[in-house]
Amino acid sequence: MSYSLPSFLVVSSLLFCLGMYTVLTRRNAIGILMGIELVLNGAGLNFVAFSRFLEPSQTTNLLSGQVFTLFIIAVAAAEVAVALAIVLSLYSRMKTIDVEEFKQLQG
Amino acid sequence: MAKLIDPQHMKSILWLIPCLPLAGAVINGLLGRRLPARLIHFIGCASVFMAFLVSVAGFFTLLGIEEPQQRLLIQSLYQWILTGSFSLEVAFRLDPLSMVLCLVVTGVGFLIHLYSVGYMAGDESQGRYFAYLNLFTFSMLLLVLGDNLLLMFVGWEGVGLCSYLLIGFWFTDLEKAQAGMKAFIVNRVGDFGFFVGLMLLFWTLFEGSNGTMTGLSFQQLREGIPLLGTARPILGVGVATWVALLFFFGATGKSAQIPLYIWLPDAMAGPTPVSAFIHAATMVTAGVYMIVRLNFLYVAAPVAMAVVAVVGGVTAFYAATIALTQNDIKRVLAYSTISQLGYMFLAVGVAAFSTGIFHLVTHAFFKALLFLGAGSVIHAVHSNDMQEMGGLKKYMPHTYLTFMAAYLAISGIPPLSGFMSKDEILWATFNSHLPVAGLGKALWALGLLTAGLTAFYMTRLVVLTFMGSFRGGSEKEKHLHESPSVMTLPLMALAVLSVAGGVIGLPAVTHLPNLLHDFLGPVLSSHGTSGHQAHAYGLEVLLMLISTGVAATGIYLGWLFYVKRPELPAKLAARFASLYQVLNEKYYVDEIYQALFVRPLLKLVALSGRFDLNTIDGAVNLSSRVTVKFAFLIGWEDLKIVDGAVNGLADIFKRWGAALRRLQTGRVQHYLYSVVLGIFLLSVAMIMF
Repeated sequence: MSYSLPSFLVVSSLLFCLGMYTVLTRRNAIGILMGIELVLNGAGLNFVAFSRFLEPSQTTNLLSGQVFTLFIIAVAAAEVAVALAIVLSLYSRMKTIDVEEFKQLQG
Repeated sequence: MAKLIDPQHMKSILWLIPCLPLAGAVINGLLGRRLPARLIHFIGCASVFMAFLVSVAGFFTLLGIEEPQQRLLIQSLYQWILTGSFSLEVAFRLDPLSMVLCLVVTGVGFLIHLYSVGYMAGDESQGRYFAYLNLFTFSMLLLVLGDNLLLMFVGWEGVGLCSYLLIGFWFTDLEKAQAGMKAFIVNRVGDFGFFVGLMLLFWTLFEGSNGTMTGLSFQQLREGIPLLGTARPILGVGVATWVALLFFFGATGKSAQIPLYIWLPDAMAGPTPVSAFIHAATMVTAGVYMIVRLNFLYVAAPVAMAVVAVVGGVTAFYAATIALTQNDIKRVLAYSTISQLGYMFLAVGVAAFSTGIFHLVTHAFFKALLFLGAGSVIHAVHSNDMQEMGGLKKYMPHTYLTFMAAYLAISGIPPLSGFMSKDEILWATFNSHLPVAGLGKALWALGLLTAGLTAFYMTRLVVLTFMGSFRGGSEKEKHLHESPSVMTLPLMALAVLSVAGGVIGLPAVTHLPNLLHDFLGPVLSSHGTSGHQAHAYGLEVLLMLISTGVAATGIYLGWLFYVKRPELPAKLAARFASLYQVLNEKYYVDEIYQALFVRPLLKLVALSGRFDLNTIDGAVNLSSRVTVKFAFLIGWEDLKIVDGAVNGLADIFKRWGAALRRLQTGRVQHYLYSVVLGIFLLSVAMIMF
């Protein structure tokens, strides 16, 4: 059984949209972080799928799309680390991680 | 005579003569409040005495120069003005003429400074007094020694200033302060004439000389005077005459001649030594000195000379008549000074320049002595009114004796100094060659009459002051005392000079040389009319006898009126009441001037004051009112339109800002919404177009 490119794209789109929905609707900062992970993974899946199906020939396949995905995963890990640190410090300051409460920048 | 002092050496220290008193003035003026009185006296007197010593050294230096024409020392200190080819230097000129004046100013000046120590003792501001007196000495020496007309004018103004300061020395007394101002203002009138003459001379010379005139020093002026003859006459009168007359007008102010003599009697408000020094011996003779100094100019203007002679002669007589009735001892002497100055102008007016200087010198001796004697009397009696004196002979023997010497000298008793000089003037006038025939003889008669009047009023003064019995009340009589020796010593020195001073100008009939005349000779243009070349000995002796007789008659009448028959003056005054009144009120000249000049001037001042208040202030106020209205308009425009535009713009931005700030909710998710919306819209746009 073989899968064609569009089926991968459908899955990655679903992942992206679910992640975006989570980011836009969740009030919990951790939830938003999770949504961001979903968005990133959707994008990563896209890279891998395009790398697999749209490479012109096997001889010139340099797997650049898949390498990019690895970078995304690494950067996402770093990002989570930083973001969690921010969330922690926010919590220690405000005793909450509800993003609706963080509105000091309101004009 | 052997050369005692090297002329070159003397030349380099000429500046010391005026600058020593200046130094004294500076020290006493700046530190006078803090220095003890003794030190002030020492500085004041010593500075003048040292200047006197330098002058004496200068005198012997001049005598040491064999050739009389070479007797001239000029020290140039520095260049004062330099424009184009014209230059003026601050330079001092010591020639026989300035030498004589220097000796008088510093010599008599020193004696008067010394006398002041006693006279001013106890006064609070002696530092100021001696500073002024020293400053005056400096100015007078500057006037005398200055080598060009402008420098002389500086001294001329300087002595006027010091005169003002010293007349008003006791300025808390309004009357005295006003006397000072009167002297100053009347002098300004004369100085204005002097300055106009200076400018006219300057202008004519420099226009006419085509650049060959390069300065105003007396040597250059002497050489430039012929140029005045070629200049175009003004109003039909030659420029030389104009200049000479304008200078003489200045002299009438400074030397108290008709028409500007009125300040001198009032100047007696100052301390008596000041009257002796400034208003008898030195400053008031500045006009005579000026004319003698510019003798080459006056010789070139015979009409001006005649005017000088007439004004001098008339003033001499006129002032003597006023002196007859005055009761203030200093005022009598003041009018006497005016009269004697008239003699000097008479002398220079008939071209007897050295004779004028001779009388200047002897007058400085005996008039200073008279004033100092009067000061000594006032010091004892504390009054100027002769009606409150009398009988002082026995209380003040030294003052009396010295006063008598001066009295006999001024009255013209041979062989005292006053006789010598006055007689020489009369002789020169008799022999003069004035443009109008018979004028010389008329002036001689007038001078002779004046000599009689002089003898009369001086006798009156002496009798009222020293003879008879004291009229000032027994309380005052107890306090009568002779003045301290610091005051009587100068009196004695001046008495010797008054008696013997005549030897410097012996008449020709004695066949002895006229020392002063020969000494001054090189400086003067004309020697012709001084009487010594006429050699009419018989006539000279006759005139001498006449003038002596007139003087003796005057004295006899005075004695008759005030000693023998004291009721006579009152009878005479009652008999000629109107004449007496006119004399006593000094011919009403002050009142006439008041009506002619002062009151119209005050009216003009009031008028211009009103004009200023109504018209000029009105115009100013009107313009200010217009400005205020206009400013109001501008202000409205500024407020409504300019500020309105600015505020309106700001208001627009404020509204926009208020609207736009709603976008900034501060919530992360709202921003994300807008991002997503943007991506969505962009995607739609890409797909559709």
